[in-house]
Amino acid sequence: MRSAWEAAARVVDPEIRALTIEELGILREVSEDGGRVTVTITPTYSGCPAMDAIRADIERALHAAGYPQVRVTTRYGAPWSTDWITPAGRAKLAAAGMAPPGPAGARGPVPVALTVRCPRCGSAETEQLSRFGSTACKALWRCRSCVEPFEHVKAL
Amino acid sequence: MSARSARSAPGRRVGDRAATDLVGYLLRLGDDALIAAQRLAEWSSRAPEMEEDIALTNIALDQLGAARALLTYAGELEGAGRDEDDLAYLRTDREFANCLLVELPNGDFAVTMAKLLFLAAYQHPLYGWLAGSADDRLAGIAAKARKESAYHLEHAALWTVRLGDGTDESHRRMRAAVDEVWPYTHELFATDDLLERLDKAGVAVNPAAVRDGWLDTVEKVLDEATLTRPVDGWTPGGGRRGLHTEHLSYLLAEMQVVHRAHPGATW
Repeated sequence: MRSAWEAAARVVDPEIRALTIEELGILREVSEDGGRVTVTITPTYSGCPAMDAIRADIERALHAAGYPQVRVTTRYGAPWSTDWITPAGRAKLAAAGMAPPGPAGARGPVPVALTVRCPRCGSAETEQLSRFGSTACKALWRCRSCVEPFEHVKAL
Repeated sequence: MSARSARSAPGRRVGDRAATDLVGYLLRLGDDALIAAQRLAEWSSRAPEMEEDIALTNIALDQLGAARALLTYAGELEGAGRDEDDLAYLRTDREFANCLLVELPNGDFAVTMAKLLFLAAYQHPLYGWLAGSADDRLAGIAAKARKESAYHLEHAALWTVRLGDGTDESHRRMRAAVDEVWPYTHELFATDDLLERLDKAGVAVNPAAVRDGWLDTVEKVLDEATLTRPVDGWTPGGGRRGLHTEHLSYLLAEMQVVHRAHPGATW
C-alpha cells in the first residue's frame, strides 16, 4: 500500500494541470491516526475556486490507495508563497508555457518592474498585458521577440 | 459560498465576552470583504476591456475568499450553528456590519477605482497588523489576505494615476469620483468600545492608528494623479452598527434571492 503522503502528493492541481499539489507547495501535512487520514492543505489565494475540487480529488486518491477514512482540512497560516513551488514544479511550469514566478517577499505597495522571461523562446523582451490572468495566481504577458502571449505565475 | 462547510459544535465558547467581541469584529471584516466582492462582481462581463473584466473579477474573488474564511470563523465562534452561507444569505441589512464605502454603487469606472483605492489602502496595512494578532486563526487569514490586497492597491493606484493624469475628461471624472467617495473613508478609522477592547487584548488594532499610513499612501497616489486631497467635512457612518445607506438592501436582495427562494439548496 502506498503511503498516505505519496497518494495525496500525486493529486494534480485542477487549474495548473502540469503540477501536483506537492510541487505547487500547497500540501502541508498528512497524518494517520488509527486508519484515519488527515490531509492539511493551504490555498494559493483565499478565493481560489479550485480548493473544493482539490479536496475532492485528495479524498478520491486516498480512497483508491486504500484509506477509507479521510479528512481534508485547510490551514491559512503561514500563508502560501510562490517560493514554495519546488524546483521540479518550476521546470514543469516553464515546460508547459507558463513563466514561473520570481522570488516573493520584495513586494511593497509601490509597483516594481521585474523582467519575466518568455517561457517559449527565453527572451527578456516581454511586456505585461494584464496583471490579472485566467486564474487568480496568473498574469497575462506577451513576448516581443516571438510575439507569443504567455501566462506568468505571479510572485506572492 | 460553499455548500460543504462543516458546522461546529453548538455552544462552544458562548457567553465568553472576548469571543462575542471577536465575532462582532469578524463580521465587520467579513462583511466589508463580502459586500466589496459583490459590488466588484457586478463589473463581470461589463468592464471597459477584457483584461479589466478579468482583473476586477479576480479582485472580487480574493475578497470573497477572505469573506468566506472570516464568516466561517465568526459562525464557529458564535456557536449558534450558523455557517458562512447562513451569515451571507440569511441576515437582513440591519444585521450587516460592513462600512458604507463598500456598499456604495459602482458609479462609473472612476468611482469604482476610487472606492477600491481607498479600501485597499486601508485593508492592506490593517491585514498586515492583524497578521500579528493575538488570535492565531485571525492572524492566519489576515496574513493571506494582506498579500492579495497589495495587488488590489497597486491596480487601483495605477488606474487612479492613469485617469487623473490622463485626458481632461478622465481627470474631471477621477476628481469627481475622489470627491464623491472621500467622506465615506472616515468611517474606516472610527473607533468604538468594541475596537478599544480588542485593541487592548492585542486581537485587533484601533483603526485610528492606521489612518496616518493610509493618508500617506493615498496622498502619494493622488499627487501623482494630479489630484488634490478633498477637504474633510461630512463624515457619514453607522455601518458598523447596522445603519446603512439605501443601497445595501438592493444589493442584498440580489445577492440573497436564490438562496432565499430555495432554502438549503446545494449544487
